[in-house]
Amino acid sequence: MGAQAEHQLLEATVDELKHLFSPRVETGDTVLLNMGPQHPSTHGVLRVMAELDGEIIVNAIPDIGYLHTGVEKNMEAKTYTKALVMTDRLDYLNTIGNNLAYCLAVEKLMDVQVPPRAQVLRVLLAELQRIASHLVWLGTHTSDIASQSVLFYCFREREQILAIHEMISGQRMMTSYFRPGGVWRDVPAGFEEAVRAFLDYLPRRLDEYEALLTNNPIWLDRTRNIGVIDGATALTWGLTGPSLRGSGVNFDIRKLMPYSGYEQYDFNVPLGQNGDVYDRYLVRMQEFRESLKIVDQALRKLPKGPVMTSNRKVAPPPRSELGRSMEAVIHHFKLWTEGFNAPEGEVYVAVESPRGELGVFLAGNGGPKPHRVHWRTPSFNNLQALPLMSKGAFIADVVGIIGSIDIVLGDVDR
Amino acid sequence: MDNFWPIVIEAAIKSVFIIFVLATGFAYMTFAERRVAALLQTRLGPNRVGPFGLLQPLADAIKLIFKEELIPGGADKVIFLLAPVITVIPALVILAVVPWGPTAPIHCCQVTIPGLNITLGGAYFTIQSGLGLADVNVGLLYILSVASIAVYGVVLAGWSSDNKYAMLGGIRSSAQMVSYELALGLSVVGPIMLAQSMSMVDIVNAQSRVWFVVYQPVGALIFYLATLAEVNRAPFDMPEAEQELTAGYHTEYSGMKFSLFFMAEYIKMIGVSAIFATLFLGGWRGPMAEQVPLLGMAYFFAKIAASLFFMIWLRSTHPRLRYDRLMALGWKVLLPLALANVVVTAAALIDTTLFAIVVGALVLIGVVALAAYAWRRRASAGGRAAVAQSPAT
Repeated sequence: MGAQAEHQLLEATVDELKHLFSPRVETGDTVLLNMGPQHPSTHGVLRVMAELDGEIIVNAIPDIGYLHTGVEKNMEAKTYTKALVMTDRLDYLNTIGNNLAYCLAVEKLMDVQVPPRAQVLRVLLAELQRIASHLVWLGTHTSDIASQSVLFYCFREREQILAIHEMISGQRMMTSYFRPGGVWRDVPAGFEEAVRAFLDYLPRRLDEYEALLTNNPIWLDRTRNIGVIDGATALTWGLTGPSLRGSGVNFDIRKLMPYSGYEQYDFNVPLGQNGDVYDRYLVRMQEFRESLKIVDQALRKLPKGPVMTSNRKVAPPPRSELGRSMEAVIHHFKLWTEGFNAPEGEVYVAVESPRGELGVFLAGNGGPKPHRVHWRTPSFNNLQALPLMSKGAFIADVVGIIGSIDIVLGDVDR
Repeated sequence: MDNFWPIVIEAAIKSVFIIFVLATGFAYMTFAERRVAALLQTRLGPNRVGPFGLLQPLADAIKLIFKEELIPGGADKVIFLLAPVITVIPALVILAVVPWGPTAPIHCCQVTIPGLNITLGGAYFTIQSGLGLADVNVGLLYILSVASIAVYGVVLAGWSSDNKYAMLGGIRSSAQMVSYELALGLSVVGPIMLAQSMSMVDIVNAQSRVWFVVYQPVGALIFYLATLAEVNRAPFDMPEAEQELTAGYHTEYSGMKFSLFFMAEYIKMIGVSAIFATLFLGGWRGPMAEQVPLLGMAYFFAKIAASLFFMIWLRSTHPRLRYDRLMALGWKVLLPLALANVVVTAAALIDTTLFAIVVGALVLIGVVALAAYAWRRRASAGGRAAVAQSPAT
């Protein structure tokens, strides 16, 4: 009996779900179309239940949970350092941004200062990651609207950023390069040249994509006045990032709550006006160039110095000290076996991910493992506005709208 | 009736030849599509099977033949099996009336060198209608009617699959083909009037001096766009819109039945390219084509290849139109334009003064219509500024 009651709690009955759709479904007046979780353009394993009146969407309900990984719960079973590796797996297009949010939270909890070189490196790499993420967005979004070629061009460009990742960390995607207290190691020789070469290369390519899309009549037809959401509604639905700025709301955490020294950089926040797919597209296209500006400034000012905090309670001692200092050996042993103990307390840190406000809530309990980790992920919140945006749209527009809010399913289900 | 059997045998051999060429053309069209698209997309495309990947179509065929053929439980089996056949047969027979080269009787194997008055070889046998299968005096009507049959296959496939995606694809395709048939039919009226015949052979012969694309640029454009929609090519590939309908009407098809749909699509592409070349690009005509019939065939193939390349190029460059916009384009733009084109052509054939009057009247109507459209658009959109930027802080 008890097992059955539990079972019924987990699975909703048909009657409980009826309110999601109009009564016309039951009479056969409209059709219920199941898109996904295996579908070419739902960006992974999103399932959308679409109620169709002919080709027009009456309601589209996103159904998530097909990529649930249990990252939040898993992190509670790992030390603060080891839990970092889980963060890469959340939003797999913004791995470095996830590392950054988590490291900032741990540093806030532990009250650790990060050396300036590490700060600048963090900003530089986070912005490169934003460009890489936007490149994947542009490629998949355009291919959702059936412009085939841009996807391949975007992945060609992204390859250069992944090569830079490999250069600094040995990994192309799951870098885990940022660590609480700084970054793993200093960047190798040739890093600055590689970034500089990319900075010189990308603007020309961006011009090409804009030439291909921005004034293309078919592209305008498919994006303008589609998926419209006005600024006030977007705010109440908790939209963040380019999806919110496309509606003209000036909300960028890098400006409002600067972290890692973002206040020292000169950049603009692109804003849209109409809140449609096209404005979100324009906003992201300009964010490319703003990110390039930030990377350029960071590369120019990159100071010399250590890249890891000297606080031995958090950062392991360098290899050279181990042979000379007994204290260093103790710290080394302690950090790599038990880990460091974080004080009791709760912190919330938000960063601007390519998709919006990426927040980490971290509760310490005095031990070496987090008591609770919660991620406030932008894709999850942004996706909730999908039914609102797609009502009355054509079925072909839904894939465009999903593309324009730029969800990553690893970010939605964690 | 003493020459009945030679004609039948000749027709049979030519039919087999055409089907063979089309089937091979289909196989290598899939290969070309992938290689050319790869070229435009900084990829390599298939390059492992045989030299330059040239045996890739063979490998694909073997794979598809040995693939399991699934029939969905709820499908209407007879129609489900019949639909690919209905789709592919019109595609195969559509080119019967299109001349592939000079249609004057060929005496094999005699070569006359002009000027020297020397004839080499002897007339061992004679090919009656040259390099064409049939010269039907209503050739163009035949093409239009056969082309419309293919839509049945698509609709029936979509309906019989018992799948909502397939159903949507089938409905889309029927609406699309019906809409574009009109513009297509009107756009070929120009060449018919200019050649004063519906026979494809006569139309080619009428272009011995100037290609019709020079007289009929608008007609050629409308014809090309309408045929793109007719054969479901990007950017009008609504019925199989991968991103929305997974694969549209052939979602449930697998193995050879699926490849029959593919075959139909690619053969139709070759077919409409051949018809386009015949109607507007002078068919097989080119330098020395009259003297050397095989050269005419080469010109014809080159023109088809150019048109096919353009189709692939278009597909890799442009996004797909939305279904309702496609309908609007067909009914509100292409159809009036095609009608105007017919009127102007007819007036020009009658009298220069009449032509001037008609063009003047149409330009006036066009300007008024455009102004009204622009005014309405501005009234509804309320202007649109560029994306603003927050001030740098």
